[in-house]
Amino acid sequence: MADSNSSRVSFTLDSSLDSVNKIELTAEQIAQRAGFDEDTIPHIAMAVREAAVNAVLHGNSYDTSKHIVASFETTSDSLIIRIADQGPGLDPDKVPDPLAPENILRGSGRGIFLIKAFMDEVNFRQLHPGTELTLIKHRTPAQPGT
Amino acid sequence: MSMKVQTRQVDGVTILDLSGRITLGEGSVTIRDAVRDVLGKGSNKILLNLGDITYIDSSGIGELVSAFTTVKNSGGELKLLNLTKKVHDLLQITKLYTVFDIKDDEATAISAFTK
Repeated sequence: MADSNSSRVSFTLDSSLDSVNKIELTAEQIAQRAGFDEDTIPHIAMAVREAAVNAVLHGNSYDTSKHIVASFETTSDSLIIRIADQGPGLDPDKVPDPLAPENILRGSGRGIFLIKAFMDEVNFRQLHPGTELTLIKHRTPAQPGT
Repeated sequence: MSMKVQTRQVDGVTILDLSGRITLGEGSVTIRDAVRDVLGKGSNKILLNLGDITYIDSSGIGELVSAFTTVKNSGGELKLLNLTKKVHDLLQITKLYTVFDIKDDEATAISAFTK
């Protein structure tokens, strides 16, 4: 059954940093409209930015012939963001733990860790080719519906 | 807003006053070039003033770590000054808060460098 409180918007974008910035800004605006508090909104925006960077940089490798798809869905109890790329695929189990002593001084590899730290649920789906990340942040009772 | 760097010298320490965003494609390369430039001029005591940094992402954090290890490997010291709450929280989450030497007062930071 359709949720009368839900809304959804989707973008197909180039594999560029401009797209990353656009997706981040959109996430910030939608999280604000969804009623998330001022501490949570930057966390959502950063998680979405990191997912978009992964898609553009590690997924599509800035390949201009490949696109990323970002969708934002607001339901009565959650904000659901999906970011998909057309890259070779990402196995989340093979991503090194950035908190491990042997990795702590690495110059990269903290993006997925931050996404998981800031969102309530993070799911990976293989698209063959590509990867879709689903990021979910639940509303708290204090947040008004849209 | 892209990142800006201003450089000054205090008691043998090079202070890089950073402002703006440190993100992939914006500030991260700027920091790398600035630190490399300081090292190239023979100074290896570097204080990164992050007081006017409005935003940092994982690439920016990685760039701070790379700067830290680059300076350390050259026999020098790199410290951080004036973290905003956002940067402070990110370094806590990523367990980097104890890796960096972090100060909230410039004079204290300058005196903490090895003479």
